[in-house]
Amino acid sequence: MNEHSFFKDRLIPVGSILLAIVIAWYLAAYWMNAPFQRDFDRRAGETRTSVEFLMKTMTQPKPTMPAPHQVAENLWKNTFTVKPWSKRSLVYHSWITLSATLLGFAMGTALGVAIAIGIVHIPALDRSFLPWIIASQTIPILAIAPMIIVLLSAIGVTGLLPKALISTYLSFFPVAVGMVKGLRSPDVLHLDLMRTYSASKVQTLWKLRLPASVPFFFTSMKVAIAASLIGAIVGELPTGAVAGIGSKLLAGSYYSQTVDIFAALIAGSICAILLVTAVDVVGRLVNTRMGAKTQ
Amino acid sequence: MSAVRPNWQALMSLLATLYSLTALPFSAGMSSASSLTVVAILTAGAFFSMLRLSFALETAVLTLSSFGAAAMLIAGLTEGFGTATAGYFSALIAAWLLGWRLVTVLSGDGSGGGSAIIVPALFGIWVVVLWECIVRGAGVPFVLLPPPSAIGLRITTSTSILAADFRQTVLKAVLFGYVVGSLTGFLVAILADRFRFLANGLLPIGNMVSALPMIGIAPVMVIWFGFDWQSKAAVVIVMTFFPMLVNTLAGLAASSDMERDLMRTYGASHWQVLLKLRLQAAMPFIFNALKINSTLALIGAIVAEFFGTPIVGMGFRISTEVGRMNLDMVWAEIAMAAVVGSLFYGALALLERTVTFWHPSYRR
Repeated sequence: MNEHSFFKDRLIPVGSILLAIVIAWYLAAYWMNAPFQRDFDRRAGETRTSVEFLMKTMTQPKPTMPAPHQVAENLWKNTFTVKPWSKRSLVYHSWITLSATLLGFAMGTALGVAIAIGIVHIPALDRSFLPWIIASQTIPILAIAPMIIVLLSAIGVTGLLPKALISTYLSFFPVAVGMVKGLRSPDVLHLDLMRTYSASKVQTLWKLRLPASVPFFFTSMKVAIAASLIGAIVGELPTGAVAGIGSKLLAGSYYSQTVDIFAALIAGSICAILLVTAVDVVGRLVNTRMGAKTQ
Repeated sequence: MSAVRPNWQALMSLLATLYSLTALPFSAGMSSASSLTVVAILTAGAFFSMLRLSFALETAVLTLSSFGAAAMLIAGLTEGFGTATAGYFSALIAAWLLGWRLVTVLSGDGSGGGSAIIVPALFGIWVVVLWECIVRGAGVPFVLLPPPSAIGLRITTSTSILAADFRQTVLKAVLFGYVVGSLTGFLVAILADRFRFLANGLLPIGNMVSALPMIGIAPVMVIWFGFDWQSKAAVVIVMTFFPMLVNTLAGLAASSDMERDLMRTYGASHWQVLLKLRLQAAMPFIFNALKINSTLALIGAIVAEFFGTPIVGMGFRISTEVGRMNLDMVWAEIAMAAVVGSLFYGALALLERTVTFWHPSYRR
């Protein structure tokens, strides 16, 4: 009945809202940079035409609100015109952050799955542990990220691992909760069938529960990988601005380099989108291979 | 039917107790006599719990033996920091195994009510007990991990600092940002719902933005709005806006065609349908967003304080006290954050129960 056309229901609305955001961004850039520029011109004793003034607000070296093209230019310059392994390259910084993200994500996913399997099979764990897992997420763990980094470096653990541990803490939760749901998703009939085959607990887990939990697994991994990235970025804040997207943010905030901050933000966002999309694509492929209906 | 019912926790506990006899006394603060008392308590507990006792008696035996032994072990460390022997830890493991047995017995009884709180509480108590005993028994340096008792002491002695930080971070930044962010997200969702075009455009963008590391705007907000709580509130607003928007939009689509058709046969207007049907159906989604936002708001405000702040606030305190190696103060702030976060979440869960009492998940 309802014909959904990609063009009419997706592209045009999304496109026009993005366009509106860019226009609003330019207006905001003018409006927020104008006071400084007016003040600057008054001191220099210059009078400008309004077009000239407008151009000036868009090209300040340290604007309050960088205009979109300034950010794009910075992004372009630091991505394509410098060598990817140089310290100025955003590719280099993104890679530092991404490697911590991926390591933390892998550890968090493994931990989450292990916890979920434990919870599903041991009633005492289910009753005593699950409430604490949920409570653990009401603790603003990111708040202690700097402490963990400092402590681990005090006992000689530095580099990738401390950041990855914060990512692990953030990413195990969605996986654990999603997998508990997924491992319990086979219905009673299927479980009874396994019992009539006199399947052991391991066999039931391997042949029924795990395959049934795959869709839940990928849904929760999408949340987990976004959380991992946030953990890695925040984990970089206290390392004294050495490398990574988080350190770019911190350095930008020390020197009020708003253009750099925005460029780093966009680089981080691109990483997030790439990671989530990658998990999504793999999830679709696996689900299709396992016989799920394609949507 | 034999009178003995062995279980692995009690057997392991007996083994561990036996091993602990090889290293007496347990620590510099414990005489051999008190060490032997602990051993006796543990052995009796493990032994009696394997007899076929009534549920109440077994629970009582296990509680008394595991916590009695744990209390004596903690007391034995008052003058013996870092002097615990292998026997001490072996006895600790034995007590913990009895505690595990207690949890197993309690979760096996199947009764809802009481044990739903008691079992997790036991788990929490044991985490604290093990933390205390291991840190003080093995002599872990204070700057690495302070024992819970030191953290508790710090909380009681510096309530005024904690209260000031609480006022700055929670009452000003978090609460304001949370209310404004959630409300704006909700209102924009209502508006977007009126115009299909807006909803079609906002939903994919909102979904994408929810996955982005929005916390990164903190330095920008500090540059724009200054060091005080306003910049933190701005971060919280941005972080809470999108989850609310996306969830409300999804919730408004949750009512079924049948129900909407019924409203149409009543001749209800758009706003009537919205108020009487669709918002009601959206409530579980809205509460979901409120819960997500309660955590995000605390995180946002605390992390934003790392980028510059007046000399008060939870994030400020954490970052400076780490630098001064006052780890007990840091943990006191974390404990406060955890309590505030849990209370916030719990209050929302209670409110959700009252508002969405009709939801199938609450049916008994």
